[in-house]
Amino acid sequence: MSKPKTLDFKEFRARVGDLRGREYWRSLEELSRSEEFDEFFKDEFPQQAIALGNGVDRRTFMKLMGASVAFAGLAACQQPEQSIIPYVRQPESFVPGKPLFFATAMTLGGYATGVLVESHEFHPTKIEGNPDHPSSLGASDVFMQGSILGLYDPDRSPVVRNLGEVATWSQFLGALQPVLAAARANGSGFRLLTQTITSPTLGAQIQQLLAAYPGMKWHQWEPANRDNAREGARLAFGNYVNVVYDLKKANVIVALSSNFLEEGPGHLRYAKDFAARRRVRKGTTTMNRLYAMESSFTSTGSVADHRLPLRPSQIEGYARAIAAGLGLAAPGATTDNAAWIAALVRDLRKNRGASVVIAGDDQPPAVHAIAHAINQALGNIGSTVLITDSPEVMPVNQLESLRELAADMSSGRVNALVMLGGNPVFDAPPDFKFRDAMNKVPFRAHLSPYYDETSLLSHWHVPETHYLETWGDARAHDGTITVQQPLIAPLYNGRAALEVVGALVGGLDQPPYEAVRAYWRAKTGAPPAPSATAAGAAAIDPFEATWKKWLHDGVIAGSALPVRGGAASTAIPAPQPKGAGNGIELELKHDPTIYDGRFANNGWLQELPKPQTKIGWENVLLLSPRTAEKLGVLPGDALTNERRTVVASLKFNGATVTLPVWAVPGQADDTATVTFGYGRERAGRIGDGVGANTYRIRFSNTLAGGPGAQVASANQPGYPVACVQEHQTIDPNVVEERGIIRAGTFAEYLRNPSFAADEAHGPKGEQEADVSMYPKVEYKEYAWAMSIDNSVCTGCNGCVIACQSENNIAIVGKDEVVREREMHWLRIDRYYRGNPDNPEVFHEPVPCMQCENAPCEPVCPVGATSHSVDGLNDMTYNRCVGTRYCSNNCPYKVRRFNFFHYSDYDTPALKPMRNPDVTVRTRGVMEKCTYCVQRINAAKITAEREERRVRDGEIVTACQQACPTDAIIFGDLNDPNSQVSQLKREPTNFTLLPNLNTKPRTTYLATIRNPNPEIKR
Amino acid sequence: MAERDQPPIQDAGLTNQLADVPHRFIPQPILEPGHSFASITDHISSIILRRKTPIGWMIGFGISLLGLGILNVTIAKLLFVGVGIWGINHPVGWGFDILNFVWWIGIGHAGTLISAILLLLHQEWRTSINRFAEAMTLFAVAAAGLYPALHTGRPWFDYWLFPYPNTMAIWPQFRSPLMWDVFAVSTYAIVSLLFWYVGLIPDLATLRDRAGNKVARIIYGMGSLGWRGSAKHWHRYEHAYLLLAGLSTPLVLSVHTIVSFDFAVALLPGWHATFFPPYFVAGAIVAGFAMVLTLAIPLRKAFKLEGFITTKHLENMGKVMLATGLMVFYSYAVELFMAYYSGDPFERYTFINRLTGPYKHMWYALIICNGLAPNLMWVRRFRTSPMMLFITAQFVNVGMWLERFVIIPSSLSRDFLPSSWGTYHGTRWDWSMYIGSIGLFLFLLFLFIRFLPMISIFEMRTMLPEAQAHSAEEQH
Repeated sequence: MSKPKTLDFKEFRARVGDLRGREYWRSLEELSRSEEFDEFFKDEFPQQAIALGNGVDRRTFMKLMGASVAFAGLAACQQPEQSIIPYVRQPESFVPGKPLFFATAMTLGGYATGVLVESHEFHPTKIEGNPDHPSSLGASDVFMQGSILGLYDPDRSPVVRNLGEVATWSQFLGALQPVLAAARANGSGFRLLTQTITSPTLGAQIQQLLAAYPGMKWHQWEPANRDNAREGARLAFGNYVNVVYDLKKANVIVALSSNFLEEGPGHLRYAKDFAARRRVRKGTTTMNRLYAMESSFTSTGSVADHRLPLRPSQIEGYARAIAAGLGLAAPGATTDNAAWIAALVRDLRKNRGASVVIAGDDQPPAVHAIAHAINQALGNIGSTVLITDSPEVMPVNQLESLRELAADMSSGRVNALVMLGGNPVFDAPPDFKFRDAMNKVPFRAHLSPYYDETSLLSHWHVPETHYLETWGDARAHDGTITVQQPLIAPLYNGRAALEVVGALVGGLDQPPYEAVRAYWRAKTGAPPAPSATAAGAAAIDPFEATWKKWLHDGVIAGSALPVRGGAASTAIPAPQPKGAGNGIELELKHDPTIYDGRFANNGWLQELPKPQTKIGWENVLLLSPRTAEKLGVLPGDALTNERRTVVASLKFNGATVTLPVWAVPGQADDTATVTFGYGRERAGRIGDGVGANTYRIRFSNTLAGGPGAQVASANQPGYPVACVQEHQTIDPNVVEERGIIRAGTFAEYLRNPSFAADEAHGPKGEQEADVSMYPKVEYKEYAWAMSIDNSVCTGCNGCVIACQSENNIAIVGKDEVVREREMHWLRIDRYYRGNPDNPEVFHEPVPCMQCENAPCEPVCPVGATSHSVDGLNDMTYNRCVGTRYCSNNCPYKVRRFNFFHYSDYDTPALKPMRNPDVTVRTRGVMEKCTYCVQRINAAKITAEREERRVRDGEIVTACQQACPTDAIIFGDLNDPNSQVSQLKREPTNFTLLPNLNTKPRTTYLATIRNPNPEIKR
Repeated sequence: MAERDQPPIQDAGLTNQLADVPHRFIPQPILEPGHSFASITDHISSIILRRKTPIGWMIGFGISLLGLGILNVTIAKLLFVGVGIWGINHPVGWGFDILNFVWWIGIGHAGTLISAILLLLHQEWRTSINRFAEAMTLFAVAAAGLYPALHTGRPWFDYWLFPYPNTMAIWPQFRSPLMWDVFAVSTYAIVSLLFWYVGLIPDLATLRDRAGNKVARIIYGMGSLGWRGSAKHWHRYEHAYLLLAGLSTPLVLSVHTIVSFDFAVALLPGWHATFFPPYFVAGAIVAGFAMVLTLAIPLRKAFKLEGFITTKHLENMGKVMLATGLMVFYSYAVELFMAYYSGDPFERYTFINRLTGPYKHMWYALIICNGLAPNLMWVRRFRTSPMMLFITAQFVNVGMWLERFVIIPSSLSRDFLPSSWGTYHGTRWDWSMYIGSIGLFLFLLFLFIRFLPMISIFEMRTMLPEAQAHSAEEQH
């Protein structure tokens, strides 16, 4: 290089003076445009230099020309001709990144439970209970929580089908016309089959439909129906009335095979009210008492103070004995357990007007009638038992309704069958031969969210909207009405039942929104909607304000059905002669997690351990250990340490089902309990072929089972079962000496409130001082903590699945659960105590303990789990290399490891479902409960902006929010007045494994039961 | 061949004086009589340079290659799919992975012990076994190292365990025993490698000088680092070797002590015990000697090395195995006693479970293998019988594996809360990884015996009476 030219500033200025506009210079050298610079430039950027030097060569020319042609297309991306509005002003109440909550309602079995749906940028991600809704009061159950996955389920039917081929809605409407024309002339061959309907709008539409097509019939069928309750009410009150319980007033509750805490309309409300009378705090002087008679453990039985395991057919005799004890003429009363019943009766007598007897939906109408008679005799009706009209649009005996339909179909009297929801081909009693009858109907249309067993046999299949996709309305257990609003436009081109019925009535397309609004506008007596003209738009529509309030609140205030007068008949129906069945008595129940089979394709609900057996992914045959041994189907010792069992064949009324046997303590002897809903053939990729189809043994005369079943080993030992707690191996002494469960009676509590803290209940060394090698950590700002009240935990699983939904927890499938790799961050431990024939059950939800001296933290070699200033054990997923040492060292085993890539990263449908505030974890990473740290931080940010501390109750963890019994309380320990601080000062407060000095932030309140002192356990 | 009833010629003068001394009190030779400097060099170097590759070697090498192939397939599957292919689950976070790591690390103890501690203690009989014991150590550490590296959920981030300056501004967690492991094992691997290699240099020079093949000459020449056998070289060598021996000595104790901290530091009943370090070190030594015997006995037969590895060596190793085996057995007894004596219900239950739970057969087999079998070594006839020694060593090899199974998965499967209890089984991928790691070990070992002197030539030469006399004179 030649000698650098010295910079001549005079020349510079001249050049700068020449520059105009945007001609910037990058360096003085460039500005000087010296030869040196040109040389340097060539040296440094040879390609550009050549291009600059030699002009444009052919190749570059072609390249540039190609690019201009390509970019010319960009010019086409111009604004549309219509005026569009930029997103400068965001819509009212919408802040990007902040979720909104909308109130609507989910129905199950026709009855609505209010929900609040969390919506992130207009896609719903999480379901909560609506605190203003009488059936929820803020609580939610597994079906509500799981329904969000149901919304996004990629296996939902996306399209109208005609004979399996893709069709359109208008083609369907077209195909309907000749059918409707024929029906208009003679409607008797035109049938509508629905599930239970409480929707006033839909009900009104169906009434219109019935009026339009004379002779047409409306049938209703739900496999998990409440016919027994309806018929029982009719026996007692003369017609189908609705029964609402007020458990807040009940001192004594008798459950006759009723699982009122977990099933049926209003169960969340009942659980809340029940728990309110059961919570023992300083100064509590009374506690309610629950007697349960049931065949197999239910949530209700598991929290009962006294429980009798009885065969289902025995319950009636006991109900009669109670009635007889109260002085009613009750023939056929049992004489067994006379002392027990006498004590119960005395307890009932002492609590006239403040007691309640509840019969289970699976018990025959007579038991319901007896329960009503007892309640009448005790003066409970009008106090704890409220009678209203039925919230259903048309309460019928659904079994008879379906029987009539099936018979008409078989005999060719049905020309057209429109089915709104349901899956009768799968779930109708086998003796109705519904599948064969279907083929005799010339026109069959099925509205269904899935292209399922019934859709397959229908000419037309119309995809049904999810409740989060459409407008509608429905009534709660007490009749309160919710107007359902959609959170999202139909994801899979679904149509609502309102649209289909609207099409049948009017033959034209009517949006559900219009239908619902029109109905309620008329109902409220509001003037018709102002026209869309300028004058009309300016006028204030009085209905609009009402409507908005309804939508906002999620309930129509004051719409609960009024309490009826009238007394129940105390005449007790004569006992029906029972077919003396030998062998095993069968009890058939709907499944606690997949219900009647409609949730079979819901992975969360499939993997959710059943509340009492802790088995997922399957229905099993429950037997008492003694009966299993007698029948030779007790899994041998070799199997009891593993998630394995033997398979048995269950023969009932000539039909046989094979399914795995599970021996459970507390099961009535000689009683086989199985759930129905499993064994779906066309549920989707998750539900297909899972479990055994027990509808095949659910005959119309034995919907709830009956005597005469035969169980024999199917010679298939070592069958894997996805059971997350291997109860057979647990020696009760181990639980006792470890102080894991601390329990006492209310009487003991009154004598010595701090019985749980007594050394006798825990391992020695518990009282040792708080010692640590490390300096004491001060939690200056917040100290998050949780208190869990074991007394009121019913083990319902609401928290488990709420946690799954909130925290994007993956499902792993049956095989992986069998390998003990389930991912639930929160599990409900269940322990038995006492005689295996009828043990006491204790539930203990175990989230992360968030120990102050956390054993997991020092052992992680990369520091992926560390302590926050608030005392949380934070998990840094992207730092985790996956040594699993933290899990090995966690005494509570609450850490969960991604052994494989469990999270579904690929299915596009599932992406908008995930909580955007929570990382979706990859393979090889440890994860665990965070106390919903995303909620904590959101509240902290809000509080900081408002320059205040986080208020008590402002942060609600997902598990706490779901819990119907308020067993879980979260808050700040640094605030002495917070709820959690107060609970930690309760004398019943205890720590899990205190001798390890882990100082958990999660502590428990001891289980307190209130047994009748007159009854010896 | 040194038959037991042959009169030891080496100490002929002594024997004549003590003719009435019972036979068993007469010291046995550590080198077969009749060897000269040249014959030793010839014999050992000819295995590598002159003799044809034995067919047995070919077969063995083929089998080890098969094992290596299995290992590669397993590792590929592991990296693509995840550690879920193993049998680990929620209570049992560590299974075959850490079990086999500890097993291999234990085996890797004999080499350094023989080389370093016995060197410092002037146990001359170590000379003929130290070379391949050290090689065995290295290969065992290599096999062991596979496991911690691959047992993590995301092995591609393993380097985060090393304290290197990084843009994340994060150090590893120095309180974690796994962190200590990283240092302990890597230090041990490096020092063992250096120790072994430094010891090899004079022999590599011998091979260089004797190799007929030019390529071999160049390769051995490079390996010998210009060794010419000058006095200065020997002086430097002696110093370096002694220093390394000094360095290795604490490592023999530290590595397994720190490995035992992985367990002792944890809270888990069955792991949380202060006496784990000596217990593990004794276990490591017994495991290491068992593996040396396992390898030495067939090798001396195959390569006709009975003259170098004599019955005396075998007997001494048998004695070490007996002594350390008894220490291990004592540890089992202490474990049980402390579980009872502590009164801690968790600890007590863990041990009741070991004796009566689902893995009870493992525990009883362990007692037979490690507690009872080494007692055969009390009998001199067994101690001097290669067959009996080999059988006992196999018991110990199996026993040490069982011991780690009993400690690791079986303790994890029954921890504090009965609700989380579970069961553990190795899957076929667990086994393939284990078999594969044995394949890797054998692969390296076969390469070693084919291409490097498995017995230290120059050190064996110092065993000759002439060398002894010379050195004795020198010392005086």
